[in-house]
Amino acid sequence: MYTKKVMDHFANPRNMGEIEKPSGVGTVGNAKCGDIMRMYLDIDENGIIQDVKFKTFGCGAAVATSSIATELVKGKTVEEALKVTNKSVVEALDGLPPVKMHCSLLAEEAIHAALWDYAERNGIKIEGLKKPKGDVHEEEEEIVY
Amino acid sequence: MEKKIYLDNAATTKTKPEVVEAMLPYFSELYGNPSSVYEFASQNKKALDESRRTIANAIGAESTEIYFTGGGTEADNWALIATAEAYENKGKHIITSKIEHHAVLHTCEYLQKRGYEVTYVDVDENGVVKLDQLEKAIRPTTVLISIMFANNEIGTIQPIKEIGAIAKKHKVLFHTDAVQAFGQLNIDVDDLGIDMLSASAHKLNGPKGIGFLYIRQGIKIRSLIHGGAQERGRRAGTENVPYAVGFGKAVELAMNSMEERIKKETELRDYLIKRVLSEIPYTRLNGHRTKRLPNNANFSFQFIEGESLLIMLDMNNICASSGSACTSGSLDPSHVLLSIGLPHEIAHGSLRLTLSEENTIEEIDYTIDKIKETVEKLRNMSPLYEDFVRRRY
Repeated sequence: MYTKKVMDHFANPRNMGEIEKPSGVGTVGNAKCGDIMRMYLDIDENGIIQDVKFKTFGCGAAVATSSIATELVKGKTVEEALKVTNKSVVEALDGLPPVKMHCSLLAEEAIHAALWDYAERNGIKIEGLKKPKGDVHEEEEEIVY
Repeated sequence: MEKKIYLDNAATTKTKPEVVEAMLPYFSELYGNPSSVYEFASQNKKALDESRRTIANAIGAESTEIYFTGGGTEADNWALIATAEAYENKGKHIITSKIEHHAVLHTCEYLQKRGYEVTYVDVDENGVVKLDQLEKAIRPTTVLISIMFANNEIGTIQPIKEIGAIAKKHKVLFHTDAVQAFGQLNIDVDDLGIDMLSASAHKLNGPKGIGFLYIRQGIKIRSLIHGGAQERGRRAGTENVPYAVGFGKAVELAMNSMEERIKKETELRDYLIKRVLSEIPYTRLNGHRTKRLPNNANFSFQFIEGESLLIMLDMNNICASSGSACTSGSLDPSHVLLSIGLPHEIAHGSLRLTLSEENTIEEIDYTIDKIKETVEKLRNMSPLYEDFVRRRY
């Protein structure tokens, strides 16, 4: 069902954990739907993401997308991190099963939520960043069987 | 462990070698059509009859009341749709429960779209159907009550005899989906007041793709599959002789070993439940503590999600299943777990382990150790657990 990359990131998640005094934290998703992602960012004064950690409640794909997302933003500038989309997350994992695509949206959303928190804490405005929704499922269409 | 540990016997079971052996001649030498007149084919007719008799004896029925089907799902579809149609002059109301298998629930939805009314009775926190609610739901137009014998997810055994008595009192037909119970529990259709019963071979070490519907003598029911006069004109299509033979053999073996098997599996199940509940915090057992299938254990581990748990167990060669949304292909977790009152996030973290007589205590110990390890690992990864710990300390 899952690609080798997904299985690898699920079995050996990168950057899993917490950051004690983060520059920004974002939590997205909801327990009702079965996945919650939390992203911690440590951003230096030059706007470079020095460290990133995640915690995720969810399926294998949710864990893997969180893990790869941390790799994609680590060491990047805030502007570069904003360019990490759900599509780039899926590509980096060599694909996701269709029913798991929402997990990649969640990863993108988690990065944005953490960046939004960082911007709010510092009273700055990040160009192109919109206020994240609490629940990415709101926009999804109901699947009819 | 190098060896695979199979703990998903409610999904399907291993076809026993004796069953395969009994089936083989009916693929090769004895390939005749039971409907043919010549001597060569009569052996097939005989084999079919014998299998039917074995199955009938197993539930205290007559051979003429057993109709082979393409599986448990077909039997459920047939029982519901054809009864509804046959008795529509009396009324168009059916009663079932909220925790039925989809073979029953989706068939009820199909009937609702065609003008039938269906009442879905609630279950209590253990998954037992609320009998007072069931009896109150009966109307003059009620033609059928369909309640499963035992639940496939949480293993709860329903008060079938009481339901049979209620149905009889109100002159309503009673169908039970016994797919999980047949071969695992003693069933006597007369004693329990069952009018129709569905079962499947592959849940009791028989082949996949064959089941039966028991229809009590005297019940009107239409055909679901139209064509030839097979199965006393009620279920058309050339009989699947090798599978019917395999089914008969599986039932024979299951009935002979039942007492011993129930004892062994119950002991193993209770050991498993006891260890898991005492060694893993924030864990609950789903389903009734004692009125449950001998081989079923179903847990919810708070703060984690079921599919992740399954994949990690699979990495350790353990086959199990879960009621999480991610394993059901929808966004909602199991309707059974929600019906017993579990919140979504706890329903997502469920694990079902269903044993067979072949499982050993060593396998169970190894599995529990792996579950402990995995639950801990996933909790460390879980933001829900992080929040919980923060609130607590």
